[in-house]
Amino acid sequence: MKTGLSRQISKLAIVVAAAGLLGGCATSGNPKDPIEGFNRAMFGFNEGLDKVIIKPVATGYEAVLPSPLQTGVSNFFSNIADLMIGVNNLIQGKPAQAASDAGRVLVNTTMGFLGIIDVASTMGMEKHEEDFGQTFGRWGMGDGAYVVLPFFGPRTARDTIGLVFDVATDPVSHIDHIPSRNTLLAVRVISDRAQFLKADKVIEEAALDKYSYVRDAYLQRRQSLIHDGNPPKFDPYSGSQEGKVSEAPQEGTSAAQVATRN
Amino acid sequence: MKLFALMLASVASFLLSPGVQAQETAPDVLVKNVTNEVLDIIRKDKDIKAGSTKRAIELVDHKVLPHFNFSRMTALAVGRDWRQATPEQQKALTEAFKELLVRTYSNALIAYKNETVDYRPFKMQAGETDVTVRTQIHQPGAKQPITLDYSLEKTAKGWKVYDVVVAGVSLVTNYRSTFATEIRNGGIDGLVKTLQAKNKSLEASAK
Repeated sequence: MKTGLSRQISKLAIVVAAAGLLGGCATSGNPKDPIEGFNRAMFGFNEGLDKVIIKPVATGYEAVLPSPLQTGVSNFFSNIADLMIGVNNLIQGKPAQAASDAGRVLVNTTMGFLGIIDVASTMGMEKHEEDFGQTFGRWGMGDGAYVVLPFFGPRTARDTIGLVFDVATDPVSHIDHIPSRNTLLAVRVISDRAQFLKADKVIEEAALDKYSYVRDAYLQRRQSLIHDGNPPKFDPYSGSQEGKVSEAPQEGTSAAQVATRN
Repeated sequence: MKLFALMLASVASFLLSPGVQAQETAPDVLVKNVTNEVLDIIRKDKDIKAGSTKRAIELVDHKVLPHFNFSRMTALAVGRDWRQATPEQQKALTEAFKELLVRTYSNALIAYKNETVDYRPFKMQAGETDVTVRTQIHQPGAKQPITLDYSLEKTAKGWKVYDVVVAGVSLVTNYRSTFATEIRNGGIDGLVKTLQAKNKSLEASAK
């Protein structure tokens, strides 16, 4: 098991190194995305993989499995994940959240039948979302270049390092019984994917260019997560404080202006 | 004394012009009312149930659009290049972007019509003109609710939404880099054309 895991990590390292080497070639000038050529190719590969295997299976899963069972499956994995979410909250200096996460695991594993029922949420213990990428971001590490990894999808350089730690500390990948481990890993992928089926269609419709739409959404989402939902209003592209676009035509005069005039 | 005058004025405005009063709805109440009304119609309407995008767009046009400030949204999405655009170009851009957003939003409503919406506690300081109303969408089968936040600003015509943020992603500024690339390649007119072409293709594939 140990060797399987380290093999996984070294594979990931090779991909990242390859991404770095290929980085020299195609760019379209986006400072956040210096290896856009490589990323677009990898994005295409992932899209193909999704279209042929993952999405059809997830669609079938969603169609066949009754909704309460789907919730049970996703809760089960969510409970396992809460363990490392708690650890990440702790090392981010958020002991209250970490304690709540530990409480969630305790309550859900026992009263929630191994996590299948999320009792803790109904008790008011909020579910958090943390990972090592966020922790490093919280510690002040910058995003680094945007990179699309095979299978794993969009990451930043920082989040790729985070991913290595996430995978290494993932309780599911430490299960010794290989067939069980692989089954659980596969079910988790499908359960996670099934939750994005609707969003997928909306993104297809909204995006002028799906690649850059997904990239920019990922970067925004990570900023939001690192700041626990309250990111500074910051424009990632011009590097200037966004605030208000004063030249935007207002529909009517703003109340603030009325107030100052009086 | 001032307070008394203010009270009198607000009483007078309440009695004299209910129309104005209606526009002074607090931002959180506004979001809640509109969301509930729209979801209610969507869940009942036969055509929308059958997946009619056209009907959903009519609904959004009628019920939701009046509460959005699309020129502000478009300016935010375009960013610095907005200043280069002539008033005509700004108008064309706003129209095209509005159509895309309305279509996307309508389809999202159809897709998520069975989800429940939860309103987060809302606090506003007196005199604030820029606020965020936070809601959560609970999806059956999902481990976590999706956050859906509305940014509103106060105008003379009441509170207007200028940004919608889903799971930390602003639906408006998420277009910025794509728009910038389009403008770099084909100018403002090129971007307008791209948006119009996108709208046409969506219209063609819609029911």
